[in-house]
Amino acid sequence: MGKTLFDKVWDAHVVETIDGGPHVLYIDKHLIHEVTSPVAFLGLDNRGIKVFRPQHTVATPDHNVPTINQDLPIKDQLSKMQVDKLTENTTNHGITLYGLNHPYQGVVHVIGPELGITQPGMTIVCGDSHTATHGAFGSVAFGIGTSEVEMVLATQCIMQPKPKKMRITVTGKLGKGVTAKDLILYIISKISASGGTGYFIEYAGEAFTSLSMEGRMTVCNMSIECGARGGLIAPDETTFEYLKGREFSPKGAAWDKKLAYWKTLYSDKDAVFDKEIMFDAANIEPQITYGTNPGMGMGITQTVPVQTDVTYKKALEYMKVEAGKPIINTPVDYVFVGSCTNGRIEDLRQFANAVKGKKKAGHVTVWIVPGSKQVEKQAIEEGLDKILAEAGIALRQPGCSACLAMNDDKVPEGKLAVATSNRNFEGRQGPGSRTMLASPLTAAAVAIAGKIVDPR
Amino acid sequence: MSIDKFTTIKTPCVPIAIENVDTDQIIPARFLKATERKGFGDNLFRDWRYDKNNQPIALFPLNNPKYSGKILVGGKNFGSGSSREHAAWAIYDYGFKVVVSSFFADIFKGNALNNGLLPVQVSESFLQELFAEIEKNPDTEVEVNLEKQLVQIASTGRKETFEINSYKKECLLKGYDDIDYLLSIKNKIENYEKTRL
Ligand code: SF4
Repeated sequence: MGKTLFDKVWDAHVVETIDGGPHVLYIDKHLIHEVTSPVAFLGLDNRGIKVFRPQHTVATPDHNVPTINQDLPIKDQLSKMQVDKLTENTTNHGITLYGLNHPYQGVVHVIGPELGITQPGMTIVCGDSHTATHGAFGSVAFGIGTSEVEMVLATQCIMQPKPKKMRITVTGKLGKGVTAKDLILYIISKISASGGTGYFIEYAGEAFTSLSMEGRMTVCNMSIECGARGGLIAPDETTFEYLKGREFSPKGAAWDKKLAYWKTLYSDKDAVFDKEIMFDAANIEPQITYGTNPGMGMGITQTVPVQTDVTYKKALEYMKVEAGKPIINTPVDYVFVGSCTNGRIEDLRQFANAVKGKKKAGHVTVWIVPGSKQVEKQAIEEGLDKILAEAGIALRQPGCSACLAMNDDKVPEGKLAVATSNRNFEGRQGPGSRTMLASPLTAAAVAIAGKIVDPR
Repeated sequence: MSIDKFTTIKTPCVPIAIENVDTDQIIPARFLKATERKGFGDNLFRDWRYDKNNQPIALFPLNNPKYSGKILVGGKNFGSGSSREHAAWAIYDYGFKVVVSSFFADIFKGNALNNGLLPVQVSESFLQELFAEIEKNPDTEVEVNLEKQLVQIASTGRKETFEINSYKKECLLKGYDDIDYLLSIKNKIENYEKTRL
């Protein structure tokens, strides 16, 4: 029987299988940031051991950093302490750090791919659930907890039961004004916030293969929002083209050798998945979420579904939306474009193109946060910052920002934000804040109109 | 560092009868700024437990004196969202030893097990019966026996077996953690690395 893409990558990394238990899985690349790593380093110190393979770990501060005045000392003392700890720990253990103001700093899941650290066929982990992003390259990438961060630092391995396999096939191409973000929000709304739990998803079909690498990353990024450990897409010419010439991509003969291997990374025709789901791209319109988990989403022209259970009612109450009513024309207070879901250059381009020559609505606060230093630099080189400025919008500095609101970028209580990030949980963007998830194109249309509108 | 051993427990429960309790509710991001693993229990369910003036919200089960015990009972899809292990730390630090639900998010389940917090997955009907019993009598006790993989509602006698992989079960019964194990097979890991060159 043939193997799935996931099997090929996973099986090649199994060091040992424990009877009735997990696999010992070897990790090729480990990304760390300031929030989920300090306790892991503390664990190593308590055991009196050093990092086993420091060259396989890369560090950057992102979750907690300010997005203005990054050259000044961080004002929040607790945030500063975490960022300083990351510097101290990486120095002690000989780990590469792209610290604040370094030209490679940025959100972990944005810098890995843009530096060519992320490659097909790798196992990649990070103490952040959106590590699934790297699956866009045909790697097995997933988020881990701090105990597991410690395991990787100590032994370059973690212990994991092998997930089941699901394939989601979407036939046809996306329509005008419909983006990768809409595609994944649509899928999550159909299979629910827990529909993927226990599975690793492979995305297949023209809707995915016709996407750019940026778009594929947006899709894989949100795999965790349907409960899946990760999602991946078989590498193809688009992948290889993207990787060519990047800082840490293989070069010369090493490239040829890797490329030959990468071309073997696809699901065999006779491979069997534990579950298969099919959708048609023609049915997908721009999406928006109305509730308090990413599964509570719908086409932007639809009406909020009617359901009677307590949890559902509580969510609508929190969001101040009404079952059976449309949400189009709802006034919006904040627009956030950024995060590892939609903070890449293509997202900023889409947003800037859509607001070009227009002005943002007076009452709307707009935060545009590039995913990395390199994205910021590129945006400025392309003059996107000027287009934004003419629309009354400032380009901020890289970090996770309002995606999880650990820094000062918090949406105030009761205010409604349209965000291109990945979670609309209660208070995710600040205590009492309300979030509707959408694409950068929808976010642009909303920023101009000051209310929920169809970007088409 | 090893984890606390777990064998059996019999205690009343604290019910949170809501589905999709995500890790941002269990411990909001703004409380993740510590560089040590201490005191997270104080901020467990912070925004459901306290109002914006930091006053306890009387109706929330953690603040309601009629509920006590070392078992937290949550609705379906408990622990979804972020990979923050702080969620498991906060629940454990608060004093819970077990979380019962009809469905757990994968990462949360792994994090819980790595910290000696036992996730017990039961059927939806068992869960609903348990919620109803606690509603009737908040002192309703539940017994969890890890060796037998058995969970039982004392008042009705309803019992169910629950799943746990035999390796993790052994770790919890003996208080071992995964790092001890991985460090003990370092030779194997080095040999594996040689095959990958
Ligand atoms: S942008 Fe959001 S989801 Fe992405 S790494 Fe940062 S906090 Fe996590």
